[in-house]
Amino acid sequence: MISLELTEDLEKSRENMHNLARDLFRPIARKYDIEEHTYPKELDILRPPKPKKPAPEAEKKPVEVKPDKKDKKPSALRFDNLIGVLSIEELCWGDLGLMLTFPGMGLGNAAIAAVGTAEQKAKFGSRWAAMAITEPEAGSDSASVQTTAVLDGDEWVLNGEKIFVTSADRSEIVVVWANIEPSAGKAGIKSFIVEKGTPGFKLEHLEHKLGIRASDTGTFVLKDCRVPKENLLGSPEVKKKQSFAGVMQTFDNTRPTVAAMALGVARAALEFTKEKIEESGLQLDYTHTSYNMSSLEKEFYRMESQLEAMRLLIWQAASMADAGIRNSLQASMCKAKAGKAGTEIVQKCCEILGPLGYTYQNLAEKWMRDVKITDIFEGTGQIQHLIVARQLMKLSSKELR
Amino acid sequence: MFSLEMSKEQKMIKDEVAKLVKGIVTENAAEMEEKREIPAETVQKAWALGASVSMVPEKLGGFGMDDSPVTTAIILEELAFGDLSFAILATLPSLVISPLLTMGTEAQKNKYLPIICAEKFNPSTLALNEPHFGFEPVNMKTVAEKKNGGYHLNGLKCFVPMAAQASHVLVAATLEGKPELFLVARDNPGMIIGEREENTGLRSIPTYEITFKGCEIPLTDRLGEAAGCDFEMFLQKTRIGMSAIGTGVSRASFEFAMNYAKDRKQFGEPIVYRQSVAFIIAEMAYEVDAMRLMTWKAASRLEAGKDAKRAAYLAKLYTGEQTMRVVDYGVQLLGGHGYTKEYPVERFYRNGRGIGIIEGLTTV
Repeated sequence: MISLELTEDLEKSRENMHNLARDLFRPIARKYDIEEHTYPKELDILRPPKPKKPAPEAEKKPVEVKPDKKDKKPSALRFDNLIGVLSIEELCWGDLGLMLTFPGMGLGNAAIAAVGTAEQKAKFGSRWAAMAITEPEAGSDSASVQTTAVLDGDEWVLNGEKIFVTSADRSEIVVVWANIEPSAGKAGIKSFIVEKGTPGFKLEHLEHKLGIRASDTGTFVLKDCRVPKENLLGSPEVKKKQSFAGVMQTFDNTRPTVAAMALGVARAALEFTKEKIEESGLQLDYTHTSYNMSSLEKEFYRMESQLEAMRLLIWQAASMADAGIRNSLQASMCKAKAGKAGTEIVQKCCEILGPLGYTYQNLAEKWMRDVKITDIFEGTGQIQHLIVARQLMKLSSKELR
Repeated sequence: MFSLEMSKEQKMIKDEVAKLVKGIVTENAAEMEEKREIPAETVQKAWALGASVSMVPEKLGGFGMDDSPVTTAIILEELAFGDLSFAILATLPSLVISPLLTMGTEAQKNKYLPIICAEKFNPSTLALNEPHFGFEPVNMKTVAEKKNGGYHLNGLKCFVPMAAQASHVLVAATLEGKPELFLVARDNPGMIIGEREENTGLRSIPTYEITFKGCEIPLTDRLGEAAGCDFEMFLQKTRIGMSAIGTGVSRASFEFAMNYAKDRKQFGEPIVYRQSVAFIIAEMAYEVDAMRLMTWKAASRLEAGKDAKRAAYLAKLYTGEQTMRVVDYGVQLLGGHGYTKEYPVERFYRNGRGIGIIEGLTTV
């Protein structure tokens, strides 16, 4: 039965994240916007505890998750993706840059968790892992990565350049995309775990960015960088058909989370704007028709309805993933909508705020810079619209370019 | 509770309505508009599904089921996907049934519900909108006054569907500064029903202007009697209803335009191979979903017994704006052909304009 009312458990977990965002992120948001590239040491308390020494065999029994009833999964499992987007919204309401540099929660960690072998998970799972996909000539067209990996004895030899790597400096390991058989095209693309300090693996420089400055973004150069054979994530087999599509499918789960980032930042800006509107004596009471109010009120309601639309499209994509339903279409729809509407909302808030939307004295102008990334990374708004249209009409990438 | 999956029952009723609409509405909508009439048997078939009376107690002519605003929203979207006028006509009595059920006194329910919930479709209607600049439901110029042991109504209403055919009209008017609802029988001499209106959309159902001139109403016909009505709740429900039909009209335009663009060839290939066309289709797709979700969100709140003021307001605002955007895209994608009556998108365009402007044509 359809209901969009969150359960108490969900509300509770959302509230916990909100408190963290309010108490830990907000107070230092401006500081690390100004001190770009400085590691926010306040986030150390979020670091996952280092794994203890291996426990004696007797205690090593795997923990079984027992559902309360046969037909009822525990709520934490039923709502994994939904909890994910709710949490991201709250954390990004606190600060998007700081959320992106949440210690130990890199995109590489998600990749290792998703496709890593048991050995890889045991060895690398608890280390902060960045993800290196983008190259100077391979942005949205991630299938055309030029970085190569050649097997030489027991080692892969990697050569190439990777840009826009989130947590480039702070991560301990990096999952690098490279092609092991360029003649096979995108089917040859595999990912490799590269440890910091490996000879031939160099952090070339860190970017100075428009926003999300608390998050360190960098460029790596790989020059005859040798990694052990067993550092290849997943299967080394080059399958012509499914392999790359499989890689791209993992983005079905991450797109709603990026959309939730736009939602969190836009909500922060909208709440701040509402506060200022109400301080000025205007009451927003959700009563009058749009042709019976000032343009300021109308703009506000319009933005609020846009925000709600973003949120519900995100919830739709996440809850489909939780129900085990393929959601590529809905994941791209929510990302397309949220990147665009989120950016527009914050820009408009700054316009409404006037001088308050341009000064460093509050965070509004920062949110306007921060939110812009959500319409760019994990696939630009334009790419999302392409994907949505292709999926809807079952068109190939050759037909709809 | 959180779930975006329909229950078996919801899925069943949705499919049933979709089948009905496909069978007797979609293909005939243009002709119905041309003749400016929806055949009585078409309406009767929709009425016979019983959705409008499902939550009325059995002894008063209904099925005694639980009230589900979400299910009603699902039904309304399907009906409006077929045709906006049809959706409004087929559910018109709900505009009186729903307020009666939630705010009427026992005596009012016993008196009116059996008449309205008869097996044969018996139109009753709502007079809410007013034909003047700056109209809004919380600030009506139609006024009720206490006089001679009853109420006297004075004022002007417009967009009243089936006013000349309805047995009863539920009239919204300001009483002592507050909006209230009054039940008026059609033969009341103080209620003067004007000529059938000519409007840009909604042309398959007759709508009328009504003049109230010292219209006398007994105390017992004020909804809720002395206690009055919860006008805010009434508005929430009609706003959600309007959002649901906006979603339906938008989806109709979106699907038609998408299929057209897949077939239409220019420069030797389907026009959807062009990003400028494809991006519009993508936008239409997610806006239709967003409208539906906003509608369901507000309906879920009501269903959970929570206040839906904000959610219903935002849903109506959003669907009002986005419906206009989507039906505009629908015409645009068909180009010159979209501008002719040969295709339905021009009708969707005219009908879609009403969602943001008109209040209270339907309810959940």
